[in-house]
Amino acid sequence: MSDKIEFDRLAQFIETFFRPDLIREYSGAIGHGIIITCEIAFLVVITGIATGLFLAIIRAYNIKILNILIIISVDILRSLPPLVLILLFYFGLPLLGLNMSSFIVLWLVLSFVLAAFAEEIFWAGILSVRQGQWEAARSTGLSFGQSLIYIVIPQAIRITIAPLTNRTIAITKNTALGTVIGVSEILNQASTAQSFSGNATPLMMGALAYIFLFIPVVIIGRWIETKFSWKRA
Amino acid sequence: MQSAKPILEARALKKSFKDLEVLKGIDFLIMPQELVFIIGPSGSGKSTLLRCFNRLELPSEGSVIFDGVDLVSSNTDINATRQQIGMVFQQFNLYPHLTVMRNITLALQKVSKKDADEAKNIANQVLKQVDLEEKINAYPSELSGGQQQRVAIARAMALKPKVMLFDEPTSALDPELVGSVLQVIKQLRKSGMTMVVVSHEMRFAREAADRIVFMCDGLIVEEGSPKQIFDHPKQVRTQEFVSEITR
Repeated sequence: MSDKIEFDRLAQFIETFFRPDLIREYSGAIGHGIIITCEIAFLVVITGIATGLFLAIIRAYNIKILNILIIISVDILRSLPPLVLILLFYFGLPLLGLNMSSFIVLWLVLSFVLAAFAEEIFWAGILSVRQGQWEAARSTGLSFGQSLIYIVIPQAIRITIAPLTNRTIAITKNTALGTVIGVSEILNQASTAQSFSGNATPLMMGALAYIFLFIPVVIIGRWIETKFSWKRA
Repeated sequence: MQSAKPILEARALKKSFKDLEVLKGIDFLIMPQELVFIIGPSGSGKSTLLRCFNRLELPSEGSVIFDGVDLVSSNTDINATRQQIGMVFQQFNLYPHLTVMRNITLALQKVSKKDADEAKNIANQVLKQVDLEEKINAYPSELSGGQQQRVAIARAMALKPKVMLFDEPTSALDPELVGSVLQVIKQLRKSGMTMVVVSHEMRFAREAADRIVFMCDGLIVEEGSPKQIFDHPKQVRTQEFVSEITR
């Protein structure tokens, strides 16, 4: 009698989350979502980190007016929820005559946010390089810029790998926010499929897709971390 | 007579950090091929003076003349001038992310514009002089403190400086590693290198220096030959310092 109840529950669980026919029906759509998510995530990582590094380098030159601008924009971007920015860009900017596709909006907003966090992380890394490194470099005749590029930044980057990896993963996961403006990424495909089928199977497929996508990123992050760590002299 | 002209000279040099006046008017000169030791109690301004000699510290007043060029003047191409003034630090300050070779060749290629092969040849030469040729591909973390400091000296030598400044080069070393570094300084002296050394190695100073400069409270109190300073100091403060350290 109790075995029967147990079996019913299991069957119900499978019926709710793993219906084979729905898996077959929607795997194409979820696959499409995976591609879109990958594209955006890849673009966001490249532009976000590059912009963040660029801003940190600018900040190192200590030009007052530029630094104030950088600090203010970075603080704003870090304090706003990314969803607010996405909605503001997507529904606000067209009123100014600036029309962007939802894909572009998601890419831009997440890049800005990642750039803001990356700038702060790189800046902390630059500050943590010992003063003696600057002095040694400058005493051999290297200019400020050369010392920064060849001596300080490479050391700063090694220090920042761990926090940067964490932040990058956290922000690229926000690609899921694209669903609210209709970017056909994983969550959008999954929730659309969920409302058509009235079943949670597509959502579970979406969840598995995220794990499938981000576990390797976590592992690669850990690998980079160990590869680039080096003993301090 | 070129040798009669000082290679490095400080005139009425003052340096303040906020309200604290660290150098209170220093007149100092060093002739080519001289080995001068600057000694004095901690906080006397020795290191600050040395760092003014390549403008790691910008003097508040006065001038530093290197080979006829005023380092304090904003018209001076400081990067070009610094190549001719080697500096060796207490903490070595090797670049931990670069091999010994890259530590040495970086400035040769980026500042002196040597090509890679030439820079590598020079690196080999200077490493031979400090007896560390076999470490050319090692990273700084793989070397002992004494070896790191010798690489740092080689890095400065590679640029063929006219003067070398040593800021407490052996203070961060274990006692058994000090000798190898002092040996290199001795060799450099033999080869005719002009050197200013801030150091607490009094025995070495007595043995190797041409001249000892005693500083206290931001001023040069007394200078002279090692014999004069260590055996027959004239000033009371020098006498106190010497009796303190030789006790």
